[in-house]
Amino acid sequence: MRVPISWLAEYVDLPEGTTVADLHAALVRVGFEEEAEHGFGVSGPVVVGEVLELTPEPQSNGKTIRWCQVRVAPQGRSAADGGADVRGVVCGAANFEVGDKVVVTLPGAVLPGPFPIAARKTYGHVSDGMIASARELGLGDEHDGILRLVTLGLDPEVGTDALRLLGLDDRAVEVNVTPDRGYAFSVRGIAREYSHSTGAVFRDPAALARPLPPGDGFPVAIQDDAPLRGRVGASVFLTRAVRGIDPTRPTPPWLASRLRLAGIRSISLPVDITNYVMLELGEPVHAYDLDRLTGGIVVRRATPGERLTTLDGQTRTLSPEDLLITDGSGPIGLAGVMGGAHTEISEGTRNVLIETAIFDPVSIARTARRHKLPSEASKRYERGVDPAVADAASARVVQLLVDLAGGTPDPLGSAHAAAEPPAPIDLPDGYIARLVGVDYADEEIRRTLVEIGADIADQDGGLRVTPPTWRPDLVDSASLAEEVARLAGYDRIPSVLPVAPPGRGLTRAQKLRRSVAQLLAANGGVEVLAFPFVRRQQNDRFGSADGSAVPAVKLANPIDAEAPYLRTSLLPGLIEIASRNRSRGFVDLDLFEVGSVFRPEPGVQYGTDSIAPLAVLPTEETFAAMAAGIPPQPRHVATLRLGSAIPKQPGQEAVAADWRDALTSVQRVAAALRVTVRPVQGTHQALHPGRTARIVADTPSGEETVGWAGELLPSLAEEADLPHVVAVAELDLTRLLALADPDAHAVAIRTLPAATQDLSLVVGSEVPAGDVQRAVAEGAGGLLEDIRLLDDYRGAGVPDGSKSLTFALRFRAEDRTLTAAEASEAKLAGVAVAGERYGASLRE
Amino acid sequence: MSDASAAGNPAAENPISETAVEEAVAAALAAVAAAGDTAALKAARTAHAGEGSPLARVNAQLRNVPADRKAATGKLVGQARGRVNAAFAAREAELAEAETAARLAAERVDVTAASTRWQPGARHPLSLLQEEVADIFVGMGWEIAEGPELEHEWFNFDALNFDEDHPARAMQDTFFIDPPERHLVLRTHTSPVQVRSLLERPLPVYVLCPGRVYRTDEFDATHLPVFSQFEGLAIDRGLTMAHLRGTLEHFARIMFGQEAKIRLRPNYFPFTEPSAEMDVWQPSAKGGARWVEWGGCGMVNPNVLRAAGVDPGEYQGFAFGMGIERTLQFRNELNDMRDMAEGDIRFSGQFGMVI
Repeated sequence: MRVPISWLAEYVDLPEGTTVADLHAALVRVGFEEEAEHGFGVSGPVVVGEVLELTPEPQSNGKTIRWCQVRVAPQGRSAADGGADVRGVVCGAANFEVGDKVVVTLPGAVLPGPFPIAARKTYGHVSDGMIASARELGLGDEHDGILRLVTLGLDPEVGTDALRLLGLDDRAVEVNVTPDRGYAFSVRGIAREYSHSTGAVFRDPAALARPLPPGDGFPVAIQDDAPLRGRVGASVFLTRAVRGIDPTRPTPPWLASRLRLAGIRSISLPVDITNYVMLELGEPVHAYDLDRLTGGIVVRRATPGERLTTLDGQTRTLSPEDLLITDGSGPIGLAGVMGGAHTEISEGTRNVLIETAIFDPVSIARTARRHKLPSEASKRYERGVDPAVADAASARVVQLLVDLAGGTPDPLGSAHAAAEPPAPIDLPDGYIARLVGVDYADEEIRRTLVEIGADIADQDGGLRVTPPTWRPDLVDSASLAEEVARLAGYDRIPSVLPVAPPGRGLTRAQKLRRSVAQLLAANGGVEVLAFPFVRRQQNDRFGSADGSAVPAVKLANPIDAEAPYLRTSLLPGLIEIASRNRSRGFVDLDLFEVGSVFRPEPGVQYGTDSIAPLAVLPTEETFAAMAAGIPPQPRHVATLRLGSAIPKQPGQEAVAADWRDALTSVQRVAAALRVTVRPVQGTHQALHPGRTARIVADTPSGEETVGWAGELLPSLAEEADLPHVVAVAELDLTRLLALADPDAHAVAIRTLPAATQDLSLVVGSEVPAGDVQRAVAEGAGGLLEDIRLLDDYRGAGVPDGSKSLTFALRFRAEDRTLTAAEASEAKLAGVAVAGERYGASLRE
Repeated sequence: MSDASAAGNPAAENPISETAVEEAVAAALAAVAAAGDTAALKAARTAHAGEGSPLARVNAQLRNVPADRKAATGKLVGQARGRVNAAFAAREAELAEAETAARLAAERVDVTAASTRWQPGARHPLSLLQEEVADIFVGMGWEIAEGPELEHEWFNFDALNFDEDHPARAMQDTFFIDPPERHLVLRTHTSPVQVRSLLERPLPVYVLCPGRVYRTDEFDATHLPVFSQFEGLAIDRGLTMAHLRGTLEHFARIMFGQEAKIRLRPNYFPFTEPSAEMDVWQPSAKGGARWVEWGGCGMVNPNVLRAAGVDPGEYQGFAFGMGIERTLQFRNELNDMRDMAEGDIRFSGQFGMVI
């Protein structure tokens, strides 16, 4: 809300010299945050001048300028800039004559821009100032020549300070109004709040309006057959006619400048008056051209398919929820949102019908949203307008149309007023102190409530408080507590540290998730956090291994229409971030992300048909439906490496990152969680067909896939401007956390000497080494302490189609020093199993 | 058996002359001294102390020494061998030491040209800050609560006293899941976790809820459509706004130093009443101490408690919420929020593993 200081000063006492900064400071204390300061940006000597002589001088460029002598101070007195009383000024406009009073900006003045004025040589003269247009002064958008004061109905003395005359010396304070305080979208509301903050005397403009007897004779019917949420669309609907307004009357400068500072364009005097009253009292006012109305007014809901051309020229198809103002011709306005084009005030309008109404906030909010029409009116209605102010607003508009536009009040009108009075609130003794923690005196509580406009009455155990009509936000004792705390000042609330009951610290899952990230970062990974918005294709590629379509969550209102889906995998985000880093010159990358993915199950319709109400505990069934209605959102961890795993350096050749690094990342995550996972040769549509590991965990119910690791399909890497080899891994962290056994199966450390043996086995070259190793380990039994693959050899000495795998084995017994024979026996038992399963034989 | 008979003959001649022994010793000692490395020393040992060496031969003659001379000659030969062996040992140690020293000298490297098999990694500062905040509250006995990012609209709005038609709900700039009639949203704040905590945990409840949230803001230097918050909730008997201020002040002091303080200004949130905007006095700001807008807070609205099945007549409490990006921004003087989202490795890299 923007409020000009001069306007505010009419309704609350402001100390001499109050600045916008002072107002901001006062208003923020009662909850109105500073937004901005507004002014016209005009300063210095700007005065009323009279054109004494003018000489048209045609120029070689085809233009004709006027060389003028302008009186800028009474004869014999020095001008506002200290200079002569008559000045020579060059002017390009031609819309004025000798004798016209104009606005002259003298050297030293500054116009908005900033555009400093100085005496300057132009067209062969020294122009000692400038004759200004309304636009140059920041008063309006017109630039059809200079501003002639007679067009504003003004005939001031020469030399008068034009800034003061035109209201250009005024400034406005802009504060943020929270959505609960609709009443503060008015000078009335802000003046009241300033008074709350400072104690300055407040004069209610609603009470100052000249009262008017209710109008009669204009037929109005409220026919709401489908109230929204049980609330009739219009609770108050007042109309009043004013006849014979003079369409040639200009908007006086004080009114125009206030509107301008408040951020509203001046349109015509009658419209400006309705806007002025809306700003002053917070009650939207609509003015119809009385002569264009057909019969009386009916307020009703739209019928399906009905259309209305609003005064912005748009033709809108209406919804049966839209509340309409209609006359004999059909819809003439979208109630409380925007008027219709046909009945709007135009240049020739002489007789007007003023409407001041109170519309239901819900109805207005929905209509404004539906038609994307947030107007000054709808903004106020959806936050709640004081139903008691409609009368005063109507009277005030009439008064201004009479005073400024030459109209005559007419008894024609109507007066439907059926607003519910505010419901009283029980405020128990001591409640506010118990909530706020300040022991306010009873007297202070009473005084504050009266100050905000409430009626208070004593009752058993406390007060019965009836909020003022402009405060629909005051609905319970907590909201009254806020009023008392707010006006008393939040600074009075002391600081007391509460003692929480003993907590249990982080959960195991929370600690382990940190460990995963710490371990990856400690090993060189850089953590990134990608947005989860992806294109369908990205989900299709990375969401499933086999290319089957995976369901994905789609946003109804994405920021980027190209990427409306929520990610089913972290890899698309990592790849994008890798590309961004590559484009910025980083060729060796080691990235990881820990984050949520969104994995709806196929065939499930998520969400619920209806939504439970507020302030009530839903039923068990409702909770169950909501729980089932939210798709699974497991946390994943993914890594990406490219470039060199070890860069070239003295004594060290570069080691390129590849699938091994992807598997290493997997092992790091597993180590951080203390889970056992293993790679299995696999295929994934987004990964290199020969370099893909399906990562499995062995669970009591069998082998379970927990992720993938390998090299990105080279074509996908190329598409993302990445090098040929990009090592990626992704694991379902939520699943791994569930599999992570909280108990380490610790056994006593065997301290007797170990027996180590190497073992070379020949197997078919397609047999996975990991399977052979597991077979050997299984066969070797409990004496085997460790087994590690040393070599995979193919070539001379090994039959074609076979390979020789060499393992290092370490055996140890709990109770004795093993003999070589015992170790060999265990080893051979292992060989036997590998032989049985995979045809492995000892290499000769 | 001739040797045995000779040994028993006292008049027999002594086959070991003192001179010969001395000569053998002298030759051996000379060879020790002459050996310049362990290989030469090994050769000298073979020549002068090994089998077939003069001393070995002398030693072998001992059995032929007449009985009356046996003791003296044995001692002579024993001492000679002892001297020679000691000399070899001493020389061996000397040479080994020299050779070790030479090898170490040869192994000298330029440590400033060290190669490394490790590159520094980094956590994202937003994650680190989130963990730091969590740790502070865990230290106060609070617990860390979490909930889904894709949330049911009831938890995100209605349970928090946002009326379906109130402008505050429209002002949240919500991402709706398609189709919107199914009432699913990306949570616009971490407040739904408050309600979930009240439903799931026994009272009293003291929880901090950190996490990712979403608003349909354009991505620019001051707005992120995806950002993170932490939200605190304390519901107990007898909690007041004074406890809210006390908690925030304690937290602010840990975050920003002992001089930090909290200023509350009236504001509006549907889920708190009274509500406040919270500023923090940041004593260590680069450009000098200052007030910074930090977040919102207030006493939990009775309607929120009702929605969670908590009796507002018995329990009450407070809630507060701050943006993690915003906190990082003013804590570390960061201007462009896009840096937090783009994943440039230099951004996280400047924080490393600690915040």
